[in-house]
Amino acid sequence: MTSVAQTPVRRRSWGDTAKAWAKIASRELSTVAITIFGLLLITFFIARVIPIDPVLAVVGDNARPETYEAARVELGLDKPLWKQFAVYTGKVFTGDLGRSVLTSNTVVDDIKRVFPATLELATLGTLIGCLLGIPLGVLAAVYQGRWPDQIARVIGLFGYSIPVFWLGLMGLLLFYAKLGWVGGPGRAGVAFQDLITPITGILVIDAAIEGDWEAFRDAWSHLILPSAVLGILSVAYISRMTRSFMITELQQQYVIAARVKGLSEFRVVWRHAMHNAFVPLVTVIAVSYMHLLEGSVLTETIFAWPGLGRYLTHSLLNADMNAVLGGTLVIGAVFIGVNLLSDILGRLVDPRTR
Amino acid sequence: MNESTREHPLLELDNLRVDFHTPTGIVQAVRGLSFTLGRERLGIVGESGSGKSMTGRAILDLIPHPGEVKADRLTYRGQDLLTMDKRARRKLRGRHISMVMQDPKFSLNPVRTVGDQIAEAYRVHHKASAREAKQRSLAMLEQVQIREPARVYELYPHEVSGGMGQRVMIAMMLIAEPDILIADEPTSALDVTVQLQILKILDDLVTQRGMGLIFISHDLHLVQSFCDRVIVMYGGKAMETMPAAELADESARARRHPYTLGLLGCLPDLDHPRETLATLNRDPAWLA
Amino acid sequence: MSTWTDYLLTDSPESRRQARLGQAYRKWLAFRRNPLAMVGLAIIVALLLVAAFAPVIATADPLAQNLDRRLLPPSGGNFFGTDSLGRDIFSRIVYGTRVTLVIVLLVVITVGPIGLLIGAASGYLGGWVDRLLMRITDVFLAFPRLVLALAFVAALGPGLENAVIAIAITAWPPYARVARAETLIIRQQDYIAAVRLQGASQWRIVWKHVVPMCLPSLIVRTTLDMAGIILIAAGLGFLGLGAQPPIPEWGAMISAGREQIFDQWWVATFPGLAICVVALGFNLLGDGLRDVMDAR
Repeated sequence: MTSVAQTPVRRRSWGDTAKAWAKIASRELSTVAITIFGLLLITFFIARVIPIDPVLAVVGDNARPETYEAARVELGLDKPLWKQFAVYTGKVFTGDLGRSVLTSNTVVDDIKRVFPATLELATLGTLIGCLLGIPLGVLAAVYQGRWPDQIARVIGLFGYSIPVFWLGLMGLLLFYAKLGWVGGPGRAGVAFQDLITPITGILVIDAAIEGDWEAFRDAWSHLILPSAVLGILSVAYISRMTRSFMITELQQQYVIAARVKGLSEFRVVWRHAMHNAFVPLVTVIAVSYMHLLEGSVLTETIFAWPGLGRYLTHSLLNADMNAVLGGTLVIGAVFIGVNLLSDILGRLVDPRTR
Repeated sequence: MNESTREHPLLELDNLRVDFHTPTGIVQAVRGLSFTLGRERLGIVGESGSGKSMTGRAILDLIPHPGEVKADRLTYRGQDLLTMDKRARRKLRGRHISMVMQDPKFSLNPVRTVGDQIAEAYRVHHKASAREAKQRSLAMLEQVQIREPARVYELYPHEVSGGMGQRVMIAMMLIAEPDILIADEPTSALDVTVQLQILKILDDLVTQRGMGLIFISHDLHLVQSFCDRVIVMYGGKAMETMPAAELADESARARRHPYTLGLLGCLPDLDHPRETLATLNRDPAWLA
Repeated sequence: MSTWTDYLLTDSPESRRQARLGQAYRKWLAFRRNPLAMVGLAIIVALLLVAAFAPVIATADPLAQNLDRRLLPPSGGNFFGTDSLGRDIFSRIVYGTRVTLVIVLLVVITVGPIGLLIGAASGYLGGWVDRLLMRITDVFLAFPRLVLALAFVAALGPGLENAVIAIAITAWPPYARVARAETLIIRQQDYIAAVRLQGASQWRIVWKHVVPMCLPSLIVRTTLDMAGIILIAAGLGFLGLGAQPPIPEWGAMISAGREQIFDQWWVATFPGLAICVVALGFNLLGDGLRDVMDAR
């Protein structure tokens, strides 16, 4: 009894940590590689099933057979499918997504130009979603089964049931046309069009960098409504997931232990339970960010927002397939990137996997 | 501590009841329990569902939502806990009445370092700088016989063994120097070899500080050797209360409640091996 | 009356059928206690009734144009006003229920079995089949659903059938995931091992034991998914890629009202409300079903 044998403690050696990380990295990378391959396969497949003849699109309807044949060879369409796919893959990896028929720029240039606008929208939207959704979800979990929970449930279900483009229209009708609280469609008012030199491409930030506060206010008034519309969509998802994670955490023994220590309920909920719920929540926020990138396709159309979504739909309606597939590919790639990032972040937040 | 509070016992319970109002009716977890706790070691034994854990929770005001606590009297050093507001009850927790729980694997927050959690328990009740709280915590870790407190302080719960986790738990729950400690099956989740060490630490600290201990367990032998007094609970009621020494006393058997005898009868005994162990006979009349 | 409930709620059922009916009745009782779920059920029943009796309920021909009566505000004659071609919006919304139902049913009929098959096969067979199928599922899940559907419709050409195909192509992976997860759990249960020991065939195990156990969570998943399908279909319609004019599709109707949103608000507002109500109905119903059928 006198010799208090200390049970051995698992030490964290740097070698082990590095090895574990290398293993995780290789697994993640192989997942990413396979997903990107699948992505390419799908876009390639879509390009192949199009009823539009790509050769005719180049040479025109009245071309002579020889011209047609020459163009066909030049486009590589005489080669076997797998070779065409290899060529396509090679081009994508060298940053060649072809040329947009509509804008006559390369698709890559077009996307570089429009993407920051979408990023701006989705980021602020996610931020709004988190700021509203997380407290709502926590409240619902703390008062599980009682009225705050019911309210959160109804808000969540509404969020899942409203078409985003209609919500955008209603928002414009109310806050722009009737109340005049926000700027109308577009990214900036007429007076501020092209006034700010793009540095980051994100208008509010660029205006702030230049110190042009009037332009900042204008950009902000245009940004807030579409972001809020997107944000409401993610409130539904984020609050729901937060609720379910928090209910799990609040049933844990460590929460009782925290209460026994005499901590305030606020601290128990936000510092102890929330810290744990945040681990899976990282993934949820990432998923919601991706949903918003997707939602921006419809939202941007409503708000005449010059982002990737509008570029995509615009190209779509004009059968500009290079642009459509390029845009799809980029959004897919961003999805993969965000997924990877959330995995890494999730590991960093959780000491058990760190 | 002034003179008037010193005269009162640490804890007085009279006719404590805990009811849960569920859609299918009222579940009575504790039905009329009374006892007084001084600076002593009081054991509460019973099967699972006997209401022994709920008693501890009721004292701490930690009965979950549909539950309701009623009593004719519930006082801590003469202060009436029943009329006290939630905030004041919270201030008592940790600082005056504390609890060690069963499994350190689940009762320590997995995403915060153990040191952080101990220091937090100190800082809720004492105005202290982060530095001072850390010093206190390290000293407390030493008191629960952890050899390298500075190293252990930085570890996460998943990095410590069960026995060490329970020491951390004890350190966390005693750092604010409470007078009453409720130990709810503090060793049930641990290996047998570690159990004795933990009990020794608990014993030393309780004796040193002159605390009152409520030791909740299903283990008759343990309670008998560790406590001064024992309450045997069944179905939310106390079947009987007796000095712990009497549990083993053969000559006192005649005075024992049939349920206590039943519990004793279920235990295997090396000196008197039996072919089949007895099973408990429960009489509904006991709960009447 | 009371004999029926006695028969259903007895603790000692005398036949399997009685036990099964009794369980179903108990679930119904639990479901009935949830007011939100009952609202959802009411909405869906109303949707079905409106679709069935559309000619009776509609006050006008949904396709009849009347350029003299363009863009009239809501009134006693035109409950929801008229659109830019003078068509009665209320009647178009009433007939629109049929379009919505057709899309949802077609998607669910194609997607459910495909998802169930892929998921159950993946989970039950395991090994390389599982790895391959799940990789494919992951690739599809990694894609934004709407964008993928857009790309497919762009390739196939706009129209109702193509929209359904595009949505179906993008909708099956979650079903496969659910079915696989369920199958994996069930496969390891002891009672499946017991059935196998009694000499039941592989087919019998899958059909009589695995599929019925997967079904509740798939039904819940499907109900909740219907709202999503309605929203994506409406999105495609809004972009002009779904049902083509003059079919009264709600998304396309919103799109048609977009130009006049600031002056004639009713043209875009009412179809949108219809989408909201129906999607909400499916969500409420699915949510209630989940509480009852899927305890996990």
